[in-house]
Amino acid sequence: MIGKKNILVACGTAIATSTVVAKAIEEALESRGIDINIRQCKASEVPSLAADADLIVTTTPVPIDLGVPVIHTLAFLTGIGKEAVIGEIIEKLKD
Amino acid sequence: MALSDLIVQSAISLNYVAKDSSDVIHHMGQKLVEAGLVKETFIEAALKREKSMPTGLPLAGSFNAAIPHTDIEHVKASGVAMATLSNPVKFQNMVIPNEAVEVSIVFLLALDKPKTQIAMLQEIANALQNTELIESLMAAKEPLEIIEMLKKVSKE
Repeated sequence: MIGKKNILVACGTAIATSTVVAKAIEEALESRGIDINIRQCKASEVPSLAADADLIVTTTPVPIDLGVPVIHTLAFLTGIGKEAVIGEIIEKLKD
Repeated sequence: MALSDLIVQSAISLNYVAKDSSDVIHHMGQKLVEAGLVKETFIEAALKREKSMPTGLPLAGSFNAAIPHTDIEHVKASGVAMATLSNPVKFQNMVIPNEAVEVSIVFLLALDKPKTQIAMLQEIANALQNTELIESLMAAKEPLEIIEMLKKVSKE
């Protein structure tokens, strides 16, 4: 399918919510046979790490003009719209 | 470790009458200080972090949640404080900080190592997604009931 892509998962402190989100994305994509690299970071670190990422998924606001697609979502925490976001992630990784 | 093991019974506040989000964080943080899990600096740090990076989460059911937390340097040992509020107070939305969320249930997280509390964090996320559980937690009258409810969902 698609090659191994890099997803940068951001939240405020890089210890709590991004951990949940990273794990959830990993499981969701693995179960669909999509192999990915995931890196967690603080929102403040996003600009300096964006260049190595194919996609940024964040639970807190980050700049959107980084040249990398950004998905802002709470779905992996609240469950609302989770399947839709997983679909969006897969779509964005295809580009 | 399961959420039911990390939640601190003495730091469960039920039907707390809160003035605002800062009041809730202060009250819950004080419980964690008293339980010896966090340094005194934790409370100010959590309040400050909530202002710059809020943690309000609109949930699918009738109650919304917030999960305040802060950097590991203020924490001695990991644990979770919980509060249900008699009246909702406004927290700002985590992903859209200029939007307010009327929050009724708060989990204050003391995390002592980055990325090691994955099981606990996932359980919190699972709890937040379990509308029935959130409703039961909101209806609880005794802290022990909360622990029993969380134990039950851990096993499922």
